[in-house]
Amino acid sequence: MEITKKTACELGKMIKERKISAVEALTEQLAVIKKRDPEYQCYLTIAEEEALKEAKKVQKEIDDGMYADSLLAGVPIAIKDNICTKGIKTTCASKMLDDFIPPYDATVMKRLKEAGCITIGKVNMDEFAMGSTTETSYFKQTKNPWDVTRVPGGSSGGAAAAVAAEEAFIALGSDTGGSIRQPSSFCGVTGIKPTYGTVSRYGLIAYASSLDQIGPIGRDVTDCATLLETIAGGDPYDSTCVAAKSSSYRAALKDDVSGMRIGIPNGYFKEGLDCEVKEQVLKAAEVLSQKGAKVEFFDLPASEYAIPAYYVIASAEASSNLSRFDGVKYGYRTSEFENLKELYEKTRSEGFGDEVKRRMMIGAFVLSSGYYDAYYNKALKVKATIKKAFDQAFASYDMILGPTASTTAPKLGESLSDPLKMYLGDIYTVSVNLAGLPAISIPCGEDKKGMPVGMQLIGKPFEEATILQAAYSFEQTRGYKRPMIDERKIR
Amino acid sequence: MIISDETIAYVAALAKIKLSDEEKIRAKKDLGEILGYIERMNELDTDGVEPMSHAFPVSNVFREDVVTNGDEREEMLKNAPKQKDGCFVVPKTVE
Repeated sequence: MEITKKTACELGKMIKERKISAVEALTEQLAVIKKRDPEYQCYLTIAEEEALKEAKKVQKEIDDGMYADSLLAGVPIAIKDNICTKGIKTTCASKMLDDFIPPYDATVMKRLKEAGCITIGKVNMDEFAMGSTTETSYFKQTKNPWDVTRVPGGSSGGAAAAVAAEEAFIALGSDTGGSIRQPSSFCGVTGIKPTYGTVSRYGLIAYASSLDQIGPIGRDVTDCATLLETIAGGDPYDSTCVAAKSSSYRAALKDDVSGMRIGIPNGYFKEGLDCEVKEQVLKAAEVLSQKGAKVEFFDLPASEYAIPAYYVIASAEASSNLSRFDGVKYGYRTSEFENLKELYEKTRSEGFGDEVKRRMMIGAFVLSSGYYDAYYNKALKVKATIKKAFDQAFASYDMILGPTASTTAPKLGESLSDPLKMYLGDIYTVSVNLAGLPAISIPCGEDKKGMPVGMQLIGKPFEEATILQAAYSFEQTRGYKRPMIDERKIR
Repeated sequence: MIISDETIAYVAALAKIKLSDEEKIRAKKDLGEILGYIERMNELDTDGVEPMSHAFPVSNVFREDVVTNGDEREEMLKNAPKQKDGCFVVPKTVE
């Protein structure tokens, strides 16, 4: 089972050099999934048959000389279950889409196919990406591979856990308020939320359209840069997706941070931050400083208002986006109803979970007449203020450094009873989505219980290359740490 | 923030969901706490700030009005909870 310990790029190279075939690699990966997934519960759908067929086809094409430019040809990949995959069930971890089989591929899926990647299956998430623990999934509870009594984070918890547990070489997640970065932090892997507009959202089932971005989760920076390069770029099907200025992310993978100006917001290290997380993140900043970066503290105003603004904007957009689930064209439909109104109400009440209903109601409230100005419009003004504060900071700094999350992964079952407390955990990630910026979460240490801590680097718009270079450089001082997976304990 | 029964009934109607009595009590508590917290935004002076719906300037994107997709009716109907004669089936909507 050693092959599944390789990175995606290492495997891609081995396939190219004929040291292993795409089918052999896939078979090994499927064997690991079958052994470990009953324990970690990462996958909602394992597309074994489709993947084997695809791997055979891609291997034949590689033999015929295709995919010369792709570094990931023949590499199996896991996909978050809110990204439409033609012919493969896509549920958003909701009862509402329990039997939904998309008739089309998301743009990112088309790009992956063009690069010869093999979709191995669909991974668990919070229902409609609403949550921070993957516990709002209708179907199953994903466990953190570092400690199975803890959550993997969310909402891309299945993706981060699968990569950490070696149930996937690499994965695609989505990030609306931290949903790639926070589970990456909790599971000790690397994840990127690209600048808004870098990756097409066509075929991503919408949560909050002005904030959503698809991005990579991998076991190292190189894999993430390579996957981002594969999926990035303009798309006529998403008018907010612009052709990125710099799409050669791999070229940025240099071990050099000399002269980089890194700012650390004072406010990020005040109350609410776990002291062990603080210690590890500051240690990481010190490492970058020793490597030649100019690291200094500064004040980033308005960041404490990011959470309220985020929950207003995201909920408002969600209430609008989720009105399409009406039991008519696809998805769940209630069994008995008298008229159209009852069809809608019963279908939605039975099909959606508590967190989704809660956010739809918050959204309906902040958009309703009489409250629109005080809540929704105010949130858009706060958003503008936050964006301006970042713009000003980036006049002095090349990137901003901080923790990804205020704690390491909490225990299962501790978060859902107090939604407000769960929302407050997103303090370091949501402002990045509001300002549309790119950010990476990279493992930087562990707490005393051995749970991974993530460091977040936030970059200027469309300057993913700068944060990738700093993250890569930091990674060289540390290497990749794996969770202890005791095969004997796994049934 | 105190949320009244009427407000809960109103937002549930807007969101097209039906709540059980138990869910209503829970929703009142949760929404009260969350909206109360959200009101902290008012501490930030935003006088003279333009509301920003998009982080980067976006402009309308135009294209010729031509059909690019094929006849995918059968494919689209496959996911419908109920279909008949190539159409979605809905309850009678006009009396």
